[in-house]
Amino acid sequence: MIPISWVFMLSLSLFVIGLFGVLARRNLLFILISLELMLNAVVILFIAASRYHSASIANSDGQIMYLLILTLAASEIAVGLSLVVHMYRQHHHLDIDKLNKLRD
Amino acid sequence: MTEYASLLALVPLLPLFSALILLFSKLPKLWISIFAVGSVASVALISLFFNVIFWQQSDFVLTASLGTWINIAQLKINFGLYLDPLSLVMITIVSGVGALIHLYSTGFMYQDNDLKRYFTYLNLFVSAMLFLVLADNLLLLYLGWEGVGLCSYLLIGFWYQDRKNNLAANKAFLMTRIGDTAMAIGLFLLFTQLGTLDIQEIQIKAHAVWSLNNDNNTMASLCCLLLLAGAVGKSAQLPLQNWLPDAMAGPTPVSALIHAATMVTAGIYLIARNSQLFQLAPDVLYLVALIGTFTLLLGASAAMVQTDLKRILAYSTISQLGYMFLALGVGAGASAVFHLMTHAFFKALLFLAAGALIYSLHHEHNIFKMGGLLKKLPVVAVSFAIGCAALASLPFTAGFFSKELILAQVIASGHSGLWWAAVLGAFITAFYSARLFFVVFLGQTQLSPNARPTKSMSLALVILSVLSLFGGIHPEGLKSLMPQLDTDGLSTLQHWLPIILPFIAISLAWWLFKTKRFGKPVPAFMQGVHQLVKSGWAFDRLYQTIIVSPFNTLCQVNKDDFIDLFYRLIEKTSGRLHMVFSKFQNGQLRRYNASLILFCILAFAWFISGELML
Amino acid sequence: MTLFILLLMPLLGGLLAWYSERFDADLPKKIALLSLLLCWLPLIPLLSSMPFDASSLPNSQWLIDESYPWIPFFNINAHLALDGLSLLLILLTLLMGLVALSSAWHEITKRTGLFYLNLLWTLAGVIGVFLAIDLFLFFVFWEVMLVPMYFLISIWGYEQRHYAAVKFFIFTQAGGLLMLISLCALVGIHYQQTGILTFDYLILIQNPISGDLAFWVALGFTIAFLVKLPALPFHSWLADAHTQAPTAASVILAAVLLKTGGYGIIRFVLPLFPQASIQLAPFMMLLGVIGIIYGAMMAFVQTDLKRLVAYSSVSHMGFVLLGCFALNIYALQGAIMQMLAHGISTSALFVLVGMIQHRYHTRDLNKLGGLWLNLPKLSAFGLFFGIASLGMPGLGNFVAEFLILVGSFEQYPILTIFAASGLILAAVYSLLLIYKTFFGPIKRPHDSKITDTNTKEWCTLISMCFILIYLGLHPQPFFDLVPITLMKLNFIAADIGALL
Repeated sequence: MIPISWVFMLSLSLFVIGLFGVLARRNLLFILISLELMLNAVVILFIAASRYHSASIANSDGQIMYLLILTLAASEIAVGLSLVVHMYRQHHHLDIDKLNKLRD
Repeated sequence: MTEYASLLALVPLLPLFSALILLFSKLPKLWISIFAVGSVASVALISLFFNVIFWQQSDFVLTASLGTWINIAQLKINFGLYLDPLSLVMITIVSGVGALIHLYSTGFMYQDNDLKRYFTYLNLFVSAMLFLVLADNLLLLYLGWEGVGLCSYLLIGFWYQDRKNNLAANKAFLMTRIGDTAMAIGLFLLFTQLGTLDIQEIQIKAHAVWSLNNDNNTMASLCCLLLLAGAVGKSAQLPLQNWLPDAMAGPTPVSALIHAATMVTAGIYLIARNSQLFQLAPDVLYLVALIGTFTLLLGASAAMVQTDLKRILAYSTISQLGYMFLALGVGAGASAVFHLMTHAFFKALLFLAAGALIYSLHHEHNIFKMGGLLKKLPVVAVSFAIGCAALASLPFTAGFFSKELILAQVIASGHSGLWWAAVLGAFITAFYSARLFFVVFLGQTQLSPNARPTKSMSLALVILSVLSLFGGIHPEGLKSLMPQLDTDGLSTLQHWLPIILPFIAISLAWWLFKTKRFGKPVPAFMQGVHQLVKSGWAFDRLYQTIIVSPFNTLCQVNKDDFIDLFYRLIEKTSGRLHMVFSKFQNGQLRRYNASLILFCILAFAWFISGELML
Repeated sequence: MTLFILLLMPLLGGLLAWYSERFDADLPKKIALLSLLLCWLPLIPLLSSMPFDASSLPNSQWLIDESYPWIPFFNINAHLALDGLSLLLILLTLLMGLVALSSAWHEITKRTGLFYLNLLWTLAGVIGVFLAIDLFLFFVFWEVMLVPMYFLISIWGYEQRHYAAVKFFIFTQAGGLLMLISLCALVGIHYQQTGILTFDYLILIQNPISGDLAFWVALGFTIAFLVKLPALPFHSWLADAHTQAPTAASVILAAVLLKTGGYGIIRFVLPLFPQASIQLAPFMMLLGVIGIIYGAMMAFVQTDLKRLVAYSSVSHMGFVLLGCFALNIYALQGAIMQMLAHGISTSALFVLVGMIQHRYHTRDLNKLGGLWLNLPKLSAFGLFFGIASLGMPGLGNFVAEFLILVGSFEQYPILTIFAASGLILAAVYSLLLIYKTFFGPIKRPHDSKITDTNTKEWCTLISMCFILIYLGLHPQPFFDLVPITLMKLNFIAADIGALL
């Protein structure tokens, strides 16, 4: 078995890549993709942790969480993407720096 | 007696109803005049009728009640009317002179488009004045008191398009209002101390509560002082006298009725009515006498140098009212009321004659532009002459009897200083009356009259002339009104000086007139004094400097309401804070994210470090 | 049910008026008029059964008393009751509602449905305030009357309406919050001291709370009412709100909304906190006197006609405050009378200003003048109400001010002398109003379209004149209605007891 710290490192790097994507990208589509990336990083951590901390193999809490998050992510992306499509139709671009109408 | 009660109730109500009818109806001018004059004339008839009935009785009381006004706990106020010899004299004067002046007005004001408004106000005035003199309690008296003030205000500003008239009206109302407010405070004090506002009860209870030799009659003095303040305001005495000359801005019959014959005598009536209360405060009575003396000198001296016909008469009114105050002050109430009556006759006569002059001479007021009118306007001239004679108290005119009586009473009361001042006043009075008559009616004609007084005007003049000549012959009924002082011990000088002095004054005036010294510019060294006296001893300017201007400035400074500024400060502060905080909301989603993450990391780090410390 | 009907009538009428706008823009005002007239119906048996004299009043304080459970968990009831005091003020409310309607009749042309909804709901809130005996319910109505008034000012007002409306709302809302806190504190303390959890006035009044905290609770209530009155230093919303509000709203504001403050003090502060109100009295009277003088001085320098009248309200309501805390029967009777008389005279002045504004499109005193020449009737009314507001004997305001001053003179003579100087200052600003507006040479060329009062305006104004004269010459029926209410106050009972 690979040590847990490796999985940690993998999860952390995926999360930071996602975070960087959210902060640095200006395109709304890429921000959504980055968000997915961050969710996946968390999911990996969940599964790994449940494997390492269990008394028996029957502990499947991590997988359950994975399924939950997967559903959540799917619905989130559904709403998000439909918003993105609408936004693109209205504004013909997806630059969030320019999408600041709510400020006023 | 009771059968006359309803008749008594009619006295103040008739003019009131007539005013209401005039207010709400559209009558032709003739009917307006008939209603207005008719109501007051019938009141005059009723009061004459009362005079006939009560001719023999010196001590009668007739009461009538028009209903309850206020009844709370101890405070029980009725619309009660109270007729005794004093108020009978007053209603006779008010309604009699009032009726004549109404009659005169039908001629004088006939051309005016606002005749209806004029007579509404005038009837309302008569009604309020009758309420004032008939009231059996001080609150009802106060109602009449303010009512006459209101009508005076309305009538002074009757020709409302001229700002000067409005200002004069405002001044009159506000200055009397100052006195009235002091009087209202007096009412509160009387009620708190004595528990009643009924005038007769007050006289009785006051004697019971503050008997003369007690120490606590400072309270009595205070009450009297406050009532006196009201009287001073209404009767144009020092220091609230300077509204009266300006009040001449109103139509001349109004000046005759309100500012000479009736309203301004309300103060004298108030003190006479409460004479028993005032007896408890000898120091206040002395103050009344002093005020009267100073005012009579002030008025007389100012009248001597005026050039405006009506202003001369106004100052002379102030001065004559001063005599009445003097009489009240020395404890000769009856002679004060007597002089009130004769003064009402001859001053109304003078004003009406002056009105006739002004009517005939294109509204000219300056006496030095008149002259030689004796032949042109004989009726007016003769009645004016009679009025002046009575004012100067030439023997056997009405004014002579009353003024002699006052002077005799003053000396009998032992105030010889005041007597000398009053005699000096009498001298000046005779002098300026003579000056007025000579300048207006003798000499060369300068303006010729373009209109004759109408018949109604002449009739009023004639009746008043008769009254001014013979109205003082039978004062015995009046003398019984109030306690009199014994006047037997007069020396020859004291007896004859007041009789001789007017003749000297008239001769002096004649000499000055013949040598054409009236109307000449005064010498340079006298200029200052002349201006001072002419402006009524500069009271206007004094009040302007010490009261009006500071008040104006104070109010103007605070125009924006400094308390509101405080709330505006709160508003501004929160506005500024809003500006500062809204900087953070810039609409950049990525910055929001970044700061969110930054704070998460910081919080996490803080949490971890806390754990590690432990 | 009578009282609930009285309350529901304007609420339903308002909704109906709102709905009816989609059929016809003129329909809402007719419905509003109808519902206001219907409000009189429940009162008719009451008024006819009562020949208005002292002996015929029932011994109990309440003429009608109705209660239904509302939130039983906290023991909150929908408890409405009517006594002489509330009857007087409700009569005033309904009357002034009609006046407001009359002045809005032609003035309001946009969004009429919503306007009459708000107007009627404000009136309903005020009626609720005068009827509610459960403190929680009272608070609810207290808030209900604010919101529609906010809309009235901010939608149909003049130039700076938003500023004025927000200011009005914040001030009164802050006062309301203070009242809510004090109310909870009162109920809490009462629960601690007696073990009864209740919001009912009738129970709270039996065991007035004591202790140091009682003073602060009383102060909280008092300040909440002072804001509404408005007394110094909380008066500054009034000038803006009055100036910017449409005429109808000004009328409601001046005639009834301000009266809820005085009503609150008489109904709640004095009986619920007898100790504390004696402690508070000197300060409150001082505030009243300062208000009288300050308001009058502010009125004197205004150039906006409506602002002048608004500040004169501050001055007049100072008399109410003075009367409420002079703690004797004369002053309290005077304060109640002052509420009625001021309600009528001041709202009449607002109606007049509305008419002038409607005709000349200005309220600036320096641009007006000489109105008498062309509009004699309107000017005569102006003269009358100006004179009424300076306290001319024979009109309601004089009776009220006289009684208040008599009452307070017994307590604090010096203070009263200063208050009496308000009579002089009232004359100063009233005469200024008359002088600048109606007298003098005419300032602007006459427009033949400008006509004198029409029949509707004339009837409105003349009826207000007659009421004022009636109040001034025959106020006794109104005095006789309230002693039973006032007898509940300890010091009054002692006053009258000493007399008997």
